[in-house]
Amino acid sequence: MSMTRRDFLGKAGIAGAAALAGSSVAQAQEYFPGWPDRYGVLNDCTLCIGCRRCEEACNRVNGNPPPPIPLEDKSIFNRIRRTDARNFTVVNGFPNPDHDKPLIYVKKQCMHCNEPACASACLVSAFSKTAAGAVLYNSKVCIGCRYCMAACPFYVPSYEYDSPYTPRVVKCTLCYDRITRDGKLPGCVEVCPVEALTFGKRSDLIRIARERIMKNSDKYLDQIYGEHEVGGTSWMYLSPVPFDKIGFRTDLGVTPYPELTRGFLSSVPLVLTLWPVLFTGVYMFSKRREEIAKEGDKPAKRQENKS
Amino acid sequence: MTVMTRPQASIRDQLTDKLFLGMTPGEYIKKQITPFNIVAALILAVGIPITFVRFTQGLAATTNLTDNYPWGLWIGVDVLCGVALAAGGFTLGSAVYLFGMKEYHAIVRPAVLTGLLGYFFVVIGLSFDLGRPWRLPYPMLVSYGTTSVMFLVGWHVALYLSCQFVEFCPAIFEWLGWKTLRKWAVRVTIGATIFGVILSTLHQSALGALFLLTPGKLHPLWYTPFLPIFFLASAIIGGMTMVIFESMFSHRVFSRQIGHHEHENFDRLTLGLGKAAAAALFAYFTLKWIGVAHGQHWDLLNTPLGYWFLVEVIGFVLIPCFIFVWAVRRESAAWVRFAAIYTVIGIILNRVNVSIIAFNWNLPDRYFPKWTEFVVTITIITVGILTFRWIVNRMPVLWEHPDYPSEYERG
Repeated sequence: MSMTRRDFLGKAGIAGAAALAGSSVAQAQEYFPGWPDRYGVLNDCTLCIGCRRCEEACNRVNGNPPPPIPLEDKSIFNRIRRTDARNFTVVNGFPNPDHDKPLIYVKKQCMHCNEPACASACLVSAFSKTAAGAVLYNSKVCIGCRYCMAACPFYVPSYEYDSPYTPRVVKCTLCYDRITRDGKLPGCVEVCPVEALTFGKRSDLIRIARERIMKNSDKYLDQIYGEHEVGGTSWMYLSPVPFDKIGFRTDLGVTPYPELTRGFLSSVPLVLTLWPVLFTGVYMFSKRREEIAKEGDKPAKRQENKS
Repeated sequence: MTVMTRPQASIRDQLTDKLFLGMTPGEYIKKQITPFNIVAALILAVGIPITFVRFTQGLAATTNLTDNYPWGLWIGVDVLCGVALAAGGFTLGSAVYLFGMKEYHAIVRPAVLTGLLGYFFVVIGLSFDLGRPWRLPYPMLVSYGTTSVMFLVGWHVALYLSCQFVEFCPAIFEWLGWKTLRKWAVRVTIGATIFGVILSTLHQSALGALFLLTPGKLHPLWYTPFLPIFFLASAIIGGMTMVIFESMFSHRVFSRQIGHHEHENFDRLTLGLGKAAAAALFAYFTLKWIGVAHGQHWDLLNTPLGYWFLVEVIGFVLIPCFIFVWAVRRESAAWVRFAAIYTVIGIILNRVNVSIIAFNWNLPDRYFPKWTEFVVTITIITVGILTFRWIVNRMPVLWEHPDYPSEYERG
């Protein structure tokens, strides 16, 4: 980390104050490239050995029970798993297209999107993209509609379905308290024995990733997954093979998800202001038509009498 | 003392009159033993304990919902279909009060009541599905997620429910004999109707807009930027066909409440609604293909889900449209009613497709509701019908209150 904790907190505070004071600026839809010093993790799939110690560390740090199957048991890679309410990260193994080589291991957790779908979906603003890069969830306001789960393109948030009174949406927090308050690394990054995970400022991580690709162009695919996908994510991946071979969606596009509903939401004030006028007009027309019809009856009868 | 007892006695009289339809409680209960009520009682006998389990053991004990399928039968049917099929109130309300189609006035009140109860039971269904239903007012009072389409849906359903209640208030006040209040309620009806149309336009389409956030999950034949328009158009159709269906049902069951000229008039209204439904269905059919063309997904039609899409769009939109046209030309109200039921099933199919069948189409694991989910849905519908019957048997919904003869020039 190139920045001290004090520096970081100071800047985050200023940024927070600016965000509060400048809400009208934000409403004018000025281009916001994201929090400048937000953190992220670079996950180099060419290095991961599938030891799953990150899973164990994650569960320990988050107070979850240990991973379901012992770390030594490689049978776990026979199936593809997703995150759930007790495991905020899972490592999956994918067959290497080059058959002689071992499985390619991919760690899955919250991607911490630059513009998160979950946050734009939430009707009580329970999700926030913090200046540190982490996407955090506030269970104090959550009503449990689970739209965030439906909206997440990465199938990450999980729900505590078995809790009748205090169910929460749960997911990776990028170890927010550890990285901001304690000045530590995220649990998974800290424990990784092969440095497949690199924690740092997102902008630095992109530089590091580019360097690795350039130096070993035969070893890496020339793509950083998460640099642009759905508007960019804080968690990014390097891979030896095309990403769709190792469980990634490559059809998600680069449009940030909040954009998908922006058009609809901006039509709301139009409908709210134009509809009353339009329908009052229609109402007046139909009322007038009725009046004319009533008046029209009288002369018609008179004519009948004459003839 | 005498001053104290007299009003008490009159309250008891009133209770007997209003609640027990002029019978003693004993007589009233005896009269309730009918085949329909026995079936309803059996449904409740299963549904109430399961409701208890849902709210004490949680969602895991009563649903097959998973992290990949956060929305199941309760959202797909109870909420999405519930709202679409409760659109009759707003469709007919705007036709009569705004467009001046006074001939439909006789069926506005049952339509508004269906709408009111429909929305009310949508909220009940939603309460089963929400993780913390007691926080339902949070988006209005505690924390505002203004970037969310769901925020819009929440607010609008709450406001529209109030709106429909206001629209229905004249019937309640006529029942209670509160003349002054009724006069005021009638005066605000037109305002409530206009406001209701605005709210309906927005939240019916907003339910479709919810799925704009799921481009990677909803099958491309169903996912289009036109989803909001599709949901609005099909809700208007759902509203009209439910009015046909519901009025057919009320005319059978409550026939003794309805005057003779109403019965003659009734077939003519049904045909008129059928004509409108045919036009709306055809427009919706065309829109659906514009959606496919816009996404250029013609190739996907030749896949299993593509065939399923054709079943929905041809089998449950185009064919009922033709039946409506044919029935209206033959002036057959019976076939219009058949087509209406057919169309209602089609709308339900569409909502289930969007929220469940075509959702997560690329995942290997599928969701199928647990039996308890079906029980809850059936229970809610049953309680809805019982409430409808309770109100119709007491308040002037299908008949005009003698104190207020045809003063329907309020519009």
